[in-house]
Amino acid sequence: MAFPDSTRAELESIVARYPQARSALLPMLHLVQSEQGYVSPEAIELCADVLELTPAEVASVASFYTMYKRRPVGKHHIGVCVNPQCGILGGEAIWKALAEDLEIGHDETTPDGEFTIERIECQAACTYAPVVTADWEFMDNATVDSTRDMIEKLRGGEPVESTRGPQIRSFKQTERSLAGFDDGLADEGGNNADAVMLRGLKVAKEQNMPFAEPTATEAGSAS
Amino acid sequence: MTLTPNLTAHWDEPDSYTVAGYERHNGYVALRKALAMAPEDIIGVVKDSGLRGRGGAGFPTGLKWSFVPQGDAKPHYLVVNADESEPGACKDIPLMLASSQHLIEGMIIACYAFRANHAFVYIRGEVPHVIRRMQLAVRDAYDNGYLGKDILGSGFDLDIVIHSGAGAYICGEETALLDSLEGRRGQPRLKPPFPAVAGLYASPTVVNNVETIMSVPAIIRNGGDWYKSFGTEKSPGIKVFSVAGHVNNPGIFEAPLGITMRELIGYAGGIRDGHELKFWVPGGSSVPLLTEEHLDTPLSYEGMESVGTMLGTATPMVFDETTSVVRAITGWLDFYKHESCGKCTPCREGTWWIDQLLNSLNEGTGKIEDLDTLQDLCKQILGRSFCALGDAAATPYPAALKYFREEFEAGTHTASAELFDPNAPIVFSGVSTS
Repeated sequence: MAFPDSTRAELESIVARYPQARSALLPMLHLVQSEQGYVSPEAIELCADVLELTPAEVASVASFYTMYKRRPVGKHHIGVCVNPQCGILGGEAIWKALAEDLEIGHDETTPDGEFTIERIECQAACTYAPVVTADWEFMDNATVDSTRDMIEKLRGGEPVESTRGPQIRSFKQTERSLAGFDDGLADEGGNNADAVMLRGLKVAKEQNMPFAEPTATEAGSAS
Repeated sequence: MTLTPNLTAHWDEPDSYTVAGYERHNGYVALRKALAMAPEDIIGVVKDSGLRGRGGAGFPTGLKWSFVPQGDAKPHYLVVNADESEPGACKDIPLMLASSQHLIEGMIIACYAFRANHAFVYIRGEVPHVIRRMQLAVRDAYDNGYLGKDILGSGFDLDIVIHSGAGAYICGEETALLDSLEGRRGQPRLKPPFPAVAGLYASPTVVNNVETIMSVPAIIRNGGDWYKSFGTEKSPGIKVFSVAGHVNNPGIFEAPLGITMRELIGYAGGIRDGHELKFWVPGGSSVPLLTEEHLDTPLSYEGMESVGTMLGTATPMVFDETTSVVRAITGWLDFYKHESCGKCTPCREGTWWIDQLLNSLNEGTGKIEDLDTLQDLCKQILGRSFCALGDAAATPYPAALKYFREEFEAGTHTASAELFDPNAPIVFSGVSTS
């Protein structure tokens, strides 16, 4: 599949964001990955051409970062955090069930092209352990059952909501967002402050603890 | 010690991340004040506040800003390190989701102070919702006249670019982050020169953590003495603690530095019902673990140093008695091995060696001499690697051995999974414990 001319134009629009062109390379690789589902040799050549680098220079960068894939990813990328906090609290059990259900292993894709699964590292969501990701959106406080349910729904085309984020779309669509193109979803979930994020504030209010700034305790009293 | 909501004070208002939600509670008051001050006076206030970097190293923020040479005719840059990836840490991601305008205001004040007209937020790639939230924050700030040319009629210009990483823990190291932001492999640079002299594009650059920058507006509003009135003498101020693991109510707690882990566990609803604390890690997997005996030690830079560990990111992980220490440490070394960038030999080779030996102990096939070999390996790596990732990889094992030697000795004949039922530490039901 050749890239349409519009891809080159979009790559050039990424370059225009930066004081120096090469800084655009990481988001550019996200963009080409959003079109093909992986970073193909052709995509590397296109990025190299836009940035006036050699394909080897671009490939050396693409191969360094875990999120760039060398083989096509399925429609949905499912990550299970197995770093100890999540892994011990249930991530390994989720991984085992997921891999058995789908009959594939780490970094493999189901024969129908629906799912690629990956054992991922810490997602900075440890207070929500164990954490699963669907196309990199948070699926916090996951369980074996919630993960099975998510897979069934995604397979059936039913809506699945991220716990702190939008409805799950696809791996390719997430990659386009990562390239910096507005997807109109930035307001999804309000400020995303759920019970976990509000835990300390709730305790402080219940126990009448003083806030750091005195005016902060009364809403709207900014002076 | 009580909690002191500061950055999180209005998170119960769902629009806390918007310009309107932020302005309702003093948002952009500090910017107006700052733009009327001399830039060096702002650096002075931040110095006076005693604010130290919240990314883990704890370097004094005002001092860092003062290292940027002035009148040098080179462009200056601010790069916000939003690559939160430290195992255990869950603070910058929630902060950016719910307080994105705090970050923008802090960035403008910082850039005005050390005269930068271009700033970047380097966000790890695995968090698309945070990236779109910060992009929205930047757009809204432009629309409200807080970014762009001649901000609020001050004559000061600033542009902010939100940049997405692509999955590399090492990019949390500030010079690796800069290489990555230049479109290269994220590998650390030799220091000196430090980024304040030669950073992004070889120009003077300040790299600050998200929480550090977010702390600035309230300091400018209320003064350095106000901020210093919280915390301890050597660790002034307020910190966002994320408490994770085997507690009844994991979550975000904002408190003065110097609060104790016993207090935080109390606010988090205590250790998981029916269980007891086994070990905890105060500041991410890169710092030595602690046990019950350290629960009353102040969570401050100096307090944690006094018990042989570090405050780090101040994001404690808690594990109860069902957890195998050997399994946890092995898991962390799997991580460091995976994330070693390969630039220097001690880390590239050493993480594989440590991990191999730990895995054999975890599987119950280790040899008793492995315990000493591991100690020796960690000693060889510590201080000899190119950056702190190697040091971090050499950190978990020695502390774990100190407090739980018998568990590592058991690794010479029994797998951790036999000693500790892997289903027992699981926090959801539906997986039977044998």
